[in-house]
Amino acid sequence: MEAPVITVENLSSRFEDRLVLNNISLTIPPGKISVILGKSGCGKTTLLKHILGLYPLQEGEIKIMGASMSTLDEPSQKDLMLRMGVLFQNGALLNSLTVFENVAVPLVQHTSLPEELIEELVCLKLHLVGLDHAMHLYPPQLSGGMRKRAALARAIALDPPLLFCDEPSAGLDPVTMASLDNLIQMLNTQLEMTVVLVTHEVPSIRRLADFVVFLDEGKVLFQGTLTEALSSELPPIREFFYPPSPGE
Amino acid sequence: MMKKRGQPFQAPSRFSFELVDETLFLKHDLNLATVEQHLSKLTSLVQKYRRKRLVVNLKEVERLDSAGAISLQYLHEIAAKRGIQLTLVEIPNHLRKSVETFLLPEIRKQPPPETPSSMEKLAHASYQLFVVNIVEFIYLMADLFYWFVVDLFQRKAHRKGEFVLQAELIGINALPIIILISFLIGSVLALQSAQQLRLFGANIYIADLVVIALVREMGPLLTAIMVAGRSGSSIASEIATMVISEEVDALKTMALHPLRYIVVPKMHAAMVMLPILTMFANVFGILGGLVIAYLYLDLVPNIFLSRMIDVLYFRDILTGILKSLVFAGGIVITSSYLGFRARGGPEGVGRTTTQAVVVSIFLVILADSILGLIFY
Repeated sequence: MEAPVITVENLSSRFEDRLVLNNISLTIPPGKISVILGKSGCGKTTLLKHILGLYPLQEGEIKIMGASMSTLDEPSQKDLMLRMGVLFQNGALLNSLTVFENVAVPLVQHTSLPEELIEELVCLKLHLVGLDHAMHLYPPQLSGGMRKRAALARAIALDPPLLFCDEPSAGLDPVTMASLDNLIQMLNTQLEMTVVLVTHEVPSIRRLADFVVFLDEGKVLFQGTLTEALSSELPPIREFFYPPSPGE
Repeated sequence: MMKKRGQPFQAPSRFSFELVDETLFLKHDLNLATVEQHLSKLTSLVQKYRRKRLVVNLKEVERLDSAGAISLQYLHEIAAKRGIQLTLVEIPNHLRKSVETFLLPEIRKQPPPETPSSMEKLAHASYQLFVVNIVEFIYLMADLFYWFVVDLFQRKAHRKGEFVLQAELIGINALPIIILISFLIGSVLALQSAQQLRLFGANIYIADLVVIALVREMGPLLTAIMVAGRSGSSIASEIATMVISEEVDALKTMALHPLRYIVVPKMHAAMVMLPILTMFANVFGILGGLVIAYLYLDLVPNIFLSRMIDVLYFRDILTGILKSLVFAGGIVITSSYLGFRARGGPEGVGRTTTQAVVVSIFLVILADSILGLIFY
């Protein structure tokens, strides 16, 4: 069995007096699409931000590709960050730059490629997310779905082996949601990217997930394959995948 | 440039190439890291290549990412410019999908949309300013004036305690800075005049100068400028944030008039608090002048005050108050007008706030000039 790409051990996280993550341990397998799911407020985004190093570790340890972020020196941390792409919940595009410039930022800042090649790479990424026509627009001029696709193009600008997506399909219509899912799947199969999704959109989970981590009230309730999750008898998981209809 | 640091998370990338006759053999990884290192060598190879046909053999390529694929396209373009026919052969099965995905023909940066000429921009800006903005501004002013009067008698239209809250924000919280600034301005005014007046032995006239300048002009103007900077910006940013976060739309869908609900309490509060702040500014400005007159011109406070009573007419105080009422209206109307026009996310809020301060101060000074001419 291949070594996990992410290992979380005994992680706990508090906001003031509230325990958001309670001694959780999990592993994310390489080359697969893993989904961290659970009800709103169960600690999914907090876990993601800890993995990304955006929240400092309070208790426990997180290893990404075998390296513990907290023990790395600054240049190594930067190198590790360059090997991860992140699609934030609201896109987090830089409003003062056009879509094209947004996608070009990581390439211009972190590579020494010639300008023409960067231009072609940006056009390719925008073509992949279906935004060729919007490259000169500014983020406030984009719809919610376009903003997420532009943010995805920026997240994959450096072809990172590890891609994190925080609620990629939240608030999108089913057609846009499906096309975004297809794109994530393509990145996983074509580029062998390990994808970590944080979501509670069941249609997306059913379409994409190879591996599932289910959080409930700050604890890992389940981790395993999607098939195992779908056949789980644990009440919170059953309720999640098979919600009772209003009459029940 | 990404450097290798030998960390465990870095899968080492290796790449080599070899030109045999008309065939260029690429080996191992063709990805961002190797492209960065070897692209210049490959480019130079193609540029120096003398034959008309170049076959790129990918048989031994193990990994190919988008940067690798685009670099092949880049080499293809360089070859085409030199009249060399470049073809890719023996693409391994596991790379076929990547090649199909990334080697798309004719993906080009689209030309930016045509920007209008300077004359077109000028005409558009003039139309926006003199037709659209002024008309909208007048509408908002009329609407606000209507609800301002109506809501004096219908307090139920607002949140309970809103007037007091706004009075505190616009008035009471601004008091310390207004007292300090007006005291300093009064002192400076007196100090600059003291030198000249002493030369003519006209020390006593310092009271005339300070009192009339402050009560008729400086007091209301200074207070209004400070309120424009402090509360005008706050009103504009609050309303702009509400517009951007759709709170204003939410109010409309709840059948609430945004202007009435958000702006009218601020207008009531500003109309009450600005004259009060102006009175404070006058008193502390005069106090500043009195202190300087006593310290530098040996003018005892009693004489200063009796001279002040002689020269200060009730009409002057009334003029100052009237001015402050006009300024209060101008600041609230301008800030809320700009706030309601905010577009474009958080950046729009910042832009609106800056505009509100600049336009409010400009309008305050413009109104002061007009009123100064009227009441001269």
